[in-house]
Amino acid sequence: MATTYLEAIREGLFEEMDRDPNVFLLGEDIGIYGGAFKVTAGMLDRYGPRRIVDTPISESAIVGAAIGASFMGLRPVAEMQFADFISCGFDQIVNFAAKCRYRWNAPAPMVVRAPCGGGIHGGPYHSQQNEAWFAHTPGLKVVLPATARDAKGLIKSAVRDNDPVIFFEHKALYRRVKEDLPQGDYTVPLGKANIHREGRHLSVITYSAMVHVADEAASIVAKEGLSVEVIDLRTLTPLDEDTILASVRKTSKAIVFHEATLTGGFGGEIAARITEKAFEYLDGPVMRLAAPDTPVPFSPTLEEAYLPNVDKLVAKIRQLAAY
Amino acid sequence: MAAVKLEALTRHDASQSPEADLARKALTYMTMMREVEERIERRLYRQGKVLGGVYVGRGQEAIPVGAGLAARPDDVLFPSHRDLALYLMRGVTPGQIFAQYMGRVGGLTRGRDGNMHMGDLSKGLVAIISAMAASVPVAAGAAMALKYQGRDQIVMVFFGDGATSRGDWHEGINLAAVQKAPLVLFCNNNQYAYSTPLDKQMACANVADRAPGYGIPAEIVDGNDPLAIYEAGRRGADHARMGLGPYLIECKTFRMTGHSAHDPADYVPKQLFEEWSQQCPIVRLEKRMIEEGWATSQEIAQLHERIRLETDQAIEWAEQSPYPDPSTLELDVYETKG
Repeated sequence: MATTYLEAIREGLFEEMDRDPNVFLLGEDIGIYGGAFKVTAGMLDRYGPRRIVDTPISESAIVGAAIGASFMGLRPVAEMQFADFISCGFDQIVNFAAKCRYRWNAPAPMVVRAPCGGGIHGGPYHSQQNEAWFAHTPGLKVVLPATARDAKGLIKSAVRDNDPVIFFEHKALYRRVKEDLPQGDYTVPLGKANIHREGRHLSVITYSAMVHVADEAASIVAKEGLSVEVIDLRTLTPLDEDTILASVRKTSKAIVFHEATLTGGFGGEIAARITEKAFEYLDGPVMRLAAPDTPVPFSPTLEEAYLPNVDKLVAKIRQLAAY
Repeated sequence: MAAVKLEALTRHDASQSPEADLARKALTYMTMMREVEERIERRLYRQGKVLGGVYVGRGQEAIPVGAGLAARPDDVLFPSHRDLALYLMRGVTPGQIFAQYMGRVGGLTRGRDGNMHMGDLSKGLVAIISAMAASVPVAAGAAMALKYQGRDQIVMVFFGDGATSRGDWHEGINLAAVQKAPLVLFCNNNQYAYSTPLDKQMACANVADRAPGYGIPAEIVDGNDPLAIYEAGRRGADHARMGLGPYLIECKTFRMTGHSAHDPADYVPKQLFEEWSQQCPIVRLEKRMIEEGWATSQEIAQLHERIRLETDQAIEWAEQSPYPDPSTLELDVYETKG
């Protein structure tokens, strides 16, 4: 039976909690309610309030407590109700968790789960894609699965990792994306991109929900004879530069594509690396497609105009292909 | 003749009492902290040998020392920036502290961070970050973890009066209270947050007044009396160890310096410095030790001399410690470089 992206994350958490008694969850409404999106449904019954900790509305305390517990040998998984609220715990993440290993040799192995992204009519405070804040902070790992298989394999790797991991779960994928998962205990390594779709003429480098948009766009232009390769980065930190560069060297054209806003987005970093390290292979400018530099609007007409989509990507692919 | 003998015997007995032992330890660590910080602030900083900011706890040594004596060796400590004695009590050497301030490899952070931004998990010492009170939620989480693991250790966290204005302080205490985490909170109320006096920091009279809002007990203690702080610390530690949750201890004291070595503290009325200079915790304890027969003035003088010599040696040791090799710059950001 096919497993959804959401169920895959839950399965991964169940398996890690069964495997390691030091793993515990903390966050708002994750116990009896099962989490705002029900990712942790059933956990309280199985593990009890000692390991499934419902907290006050205190993002800074949730993240801070996770750091403190990690120092004592536990493996905390903290849930933010929305990635948008992670800003309330920002100092603990970027100043405490990210820097402890470097400063005083005290690793903080912990996961902060953050439901992110638009397309659910959430408006400015329930739709943001704010991974770039954390990709800009040395010491953190930044993970954004696009598929159910990766969601499970990556959450398991994140829990086992000895560095702090920010795990962005795309809300629009929770129930829309499903597939049969491999049997048994499998993990997907952090820092390894996936060639989601092989192609010859042009590379679309993307991650999270936009992988599916890119796949659809690639299917459309395939009918025009354009063979598009879709690279799913899966993690921004560590970044699998080798897979990006190998793809660009093969296709000679690249579009960097993300749902986050354009300026200061992680796409700029990828574009810069491609131009620095594969310039002589390029047959056109490295292009970016991202959300415009505005807050995420609420009304359907505005949100549709805001979000990158298949039509916008198809147009961008045709533009670059014709260059 | 008999009277003299009797007096000697009495003194001898008093000096062997548990109170005398405690007082000697308190005096030793307060004096070490004072001496190490004097060298840092008044010599090495001015000589340009110590880099960056210097924040000392002059006149406030009783707080980390009284609290540290109340802690069990396996309890976990979260010192703030005026709690140097806690490091000494856990076996960090003065040489390591000087090396830390000088940015040398021999410091606890190997030159990665400066001054009192240091920790050593193997000694139960957690390093602060600069944002005031950020340690409080982290300490709450450490305390929750000890409870989770069924261990009977507790956590002690330290902060100043100014830190209690930050959201992290409130969030951390609230979470610890709800979770009944074994946490003892020590407030060093030295009446100034940088240049801002207490009445511009909060509208209640005492930091302890805030505790009922979180459903936890609190007490106010003379912040210049290490033995009183020890007693309060024992009450707090017992409370936390019994599973009754957090306990707040407000230590009333005064900051006998500026916020940092570059701050002349012109904004503090001179009269306050004069009044509080009569309350030096080291002088007060020495006076009491002599009165109680816990030590002689000669023994106290010897203690000071010994600490001075050890401090000289520690500075020499630190100055021999190399600066970190620039080739190590990118190590330890992650477990594996990539």
